[in-house]
Amino acid sequence: MNMHTQPQRTPAETALIDAFGDRLSLLPGDGAVMLKRDDAIEAIKHGLPTRRIESWHYTDLRRLLNAVPDFDPAAAAKAIAPIVDGSTVLSLLNGVSNAKAPTVEGVSVQRLSEKLTDGSIAPGLDPYGSDDAIGALNTAFVADGYFIDIADGTELEKPVELQNLQAGGQTHVRLPVRVGSGAKAVIVERQAGEGAALTSSVSQLVLGEGAEVTWLIVQEQPETATHLAQFKAHIGKNAKLTLFVMNAGGKLVRQEIMVRTTGEGADFKLRGINLLAGDTHTDVTMVLDHAVPHTTSTEVIRNVVTGKARGVFQGRINVHQYAQKTNAKMACNTLLLSDDGEFSTKPELEIFADDVVCGHGATVTEIDHDHLFYLMARGVDEKSARGLLVKAFVAEVIEELDDEAIIEALEARLDEWFVTHG
Amino acid sequence: MLEIKNLHARIVDDGTEIIRGLNLTVKAGEVAAIMGPNGSGKSTLSYILAGREDYEVTEGDILYNGQSILEMDPAERATSGIFLAFQYPMEIPGVATMEFLKVAMNEQRKARGEEPLKIPEFLKRVKEAAASLSMDMAMLKRPLNVGFSGGEKKRAEILQMKLLEPKLCVLDETDSGLDIDALKIVSDGVNALRAPDRAFLVITHYQRLLEHIVPDSVHVLYKGQVIKSGDKSLALDLEANGYAGVIGEAA
Repeated sequence: MNMHTQPQRTPAETALIDAFGDRLSLLPGDGAVMLKRDDAIEAIKHGLPTRRIESWHYTDLRRLLNAVPDFDPAAAAKAIAPIVDGSTVLSLLNGVSNAKAPTVEGVSVQRLSEKLTDGSIAPGLDPYGSDDAIGALNTAFVADGYFIDIADGTELEKPVELQNLQAGGQTHVRLPVRVGSGAKAVIVERQAGEGAALTSSVSQLVLGEGAEVTWLIVQEQPETATHLAQFKAHIGKNAKLTLFVMNAGGKLVRQEIMVRTTGEGADFKLRGINLLAGDTHTDVTMVLDHAVPHTTSTEVIRNVVTGKARGVFQGRINVHQYAQKTNAKMACNTLLLSDDGEFSTKPELEIFADDVVCGHGATVTEIDHDHLFYLMARGVDEKSARGLLVKAFVAEVIEELDDEAIIEALEARLDEWFVTHG
Repeated sequence: MLEIKNLHARIVDDGTEIIRGLNLTVKAGEVAAIMGPNGSGKSTLSYILAGREDYEVTEGDILYNGQSILEMDPAERATSGIFLAFQYPMEIPGVATMEFLKVAMNEQRKARGEEPLKIPEFLKRVKEAAASLSMDMAMLKRPLNVGFSGGEKKRAEILQMKLLEPKLCVLDETDSGLDIDALKIVSDGVNALRAPDRAFLVITHYQRLLEHIVPDSVHVLYKGQVIKSGDKSLALDLEANGYAGVIGEAA
């Protein structure tokens, strides 16, 4: 006899819980890690978040995650060419790291499976709260990834490209990266594949004093995949982080971004492009904590919505009580190209300090008819003119990156999307 | 080359009639100046020729080389050889000027059944045209018209005209916002394009531009009609005596 009335589990919840039972003996981890996994699966047993949970209001995961694929040991993803020639490629093929990863001077790379086995990364596995479904999912199942340490003062000439590639089934990876004082690096996080996979991926970045990092997330999953990702960063004193996120694929995508300025003079830039097509759902949710005085941030998100696609941007900036002289600006602009598409924007500023400059703005527009007329008046046919203007709308964000090789690489990814969806 | 017959046109949004029975003929090789006070319909005429959707032709016709263009969209008109140099060229962030020039030139070539230009040939043409207008190539690396001064925008319009080699060039107040030096450069650019198979419709407020681009005919537009036509001496007369006399005669 049942004493408790629990809401009936969805097939996806059941599949996740069953999969955990099946996978448990294969998951690496010492006692501490396994305890975290148990806690995490308990959280999932309480049910995936619904629209009644505020942070999931626009992405009802319980309703939207309607199928979870089994783990597929036969899936064989293949490494792909990096977006910038000559990059150091660290690949995760179906969630498994490369035992013979290339080496770069000043960069230490360890397989995450080893760090799980010895338990040294157990403290970092805690989800950040009861609504952290992605953190919980990842902690329960994470089996591999890379643990990267860039030594103080190292200036990487070429980008490091972290490739997380799937060919179906489930993959759960984690990428902790520490960038030492004064170090400079460009890191590409490539999320792609060709199956109806469920992927969870958690990146954890710590920037030491004066470090400068450009981190590019290029997400091009197929329109059959569920992609649940987190990017967490702590930005130290006088350190600068530019995070560029490009979502150009996936059936159900949530990219969470949790950033905290931890030292005075820290600067954060978020630049994002969401290219949404088909019958898909893409959510970018940012929580930024200005936790110390004199830190700055700007966030610019540009969205192109076609077909029946739905998009979400939630941007929350918390300015802590002592974080005086904070300067934060957020903008989210959407080009809505279809009557059936939609985009929801929720900017939030929570300010406890009294001497700050903070602002946000959101627009939803169609193609500017004056611009269209101008291009057509030069002989560019309507379809091409529209294509040029849509591309221009998002390319503006890319051009700000101020690095020719990266701009070219990202524009190539953009062109690729327009070829298939333009 | 251009024959406008009893043209009536109104603003789509509010139905205001701007062009009210306009007649005008421009022959190949001719430079026709259109003058008139503010609000007479000069800019509207240029937009209607280029095919802007904000205006609706309710009566009459526009024949270009004997064919009506009313059913053609702006791109079709452009590829058939009609070019409008805008009074206020639009700034289009994110579209690199060079990329735009390449796309526009190649789209027009495609429409004429020609092969796309090879990159070196394209660059050569742009460099030559830019040099002739004293334009810095660095400017062309910027997004289209973004951050260009008024004079730079006008030069960029003439640059496009040179590169696209249209047959009917409509210049809408190309002189506005130009200082004397820029006016000379732009006028020289236009004069260099004068050819027996090319016609110009030069819309302006002032005689000043017509000292540099000497017209074959001058037409006064008022309340959506051509109320007087003459040769270049008409422009001088207007400069000396204003529009009042001409308007009075017509009334």
